[in-house]
Amino acid sequence: MNHYETVFILNPVLSDTQVKETVKKFEDYLVSKGAEMISKEDWGLKKLAYPIQKKKTGFYHLFDFKADGEIVSPFELEFRRDDSIMRYLTVRLDKHAEAWAEKRRERDNNKNPKK
Amino acid sequence: MATLEQQAKGGSKGDIRYLTPLEIDTKIKVKYCRFKKNGIKYIDYKDADFLMYLVNEQGKILPRRLTGTSLKYQRKVSQAIKRARHLALMPYVGDMLK
Repeated sequence: MNHYETVFILNPVLSDTQVKETVKKFEDYLVSKGAEMISKEDWGLKKLAYPIQKKKTGFYHLFDFKADGEIVSPFELEFRRDDSIMRYLTVRLDKHAEAWAEKRRERDNNKNPKK
Repeated sequence: MATLEQQAKGGSKGDIRYLTPLEIDTKIKVKYCRFKKNGIKYIDYKDADFLMYLVNEQGKILPRRLTGTSLKYQRKVSQAIKRARHLALMPYVGDMLK
């Protein structure tokens, strides 16, 4: 089991419910493949540094999960099949990155303890 | 030919004489690696605001000779910036970023 982190950008024309459905779909996919979700983050609608598919904004979402290496490429294939995903990036976290991710989560929790 | 410092201090040997000696900074500013100094082990591609310090106003990655970053961390910096660019957190090309 490796620790992975995925950031993906959803099309800004989607409605709130569509966004939630899509995020849920990918989460369910991961869980069904035996991945262990550690955290999810919703960065909301952010301005892109440059236009992608003629859009200037996008919904950013982050998944933090533990999974076997074999499921990553089918998972990314799902991203490519879905039209509403504009960009995605999956990286494996090494030990320093894990420590940082942990710290970052704590910091964010302290900032807005509601979540 | 006397060196600049000798000239600045005056004396009959120098070619040029000044009323007040020139202030020439002969100390070399010591560069240091900000990651080593602060004990930063991982450079986060999601933190675009921080990574903006490591690019010039066109969005190009600054060389080590300007930032003083050690080679080990420069590799990580460049990796992080490239990831940030892919996710549109930072621009590939820009103008007047700073």
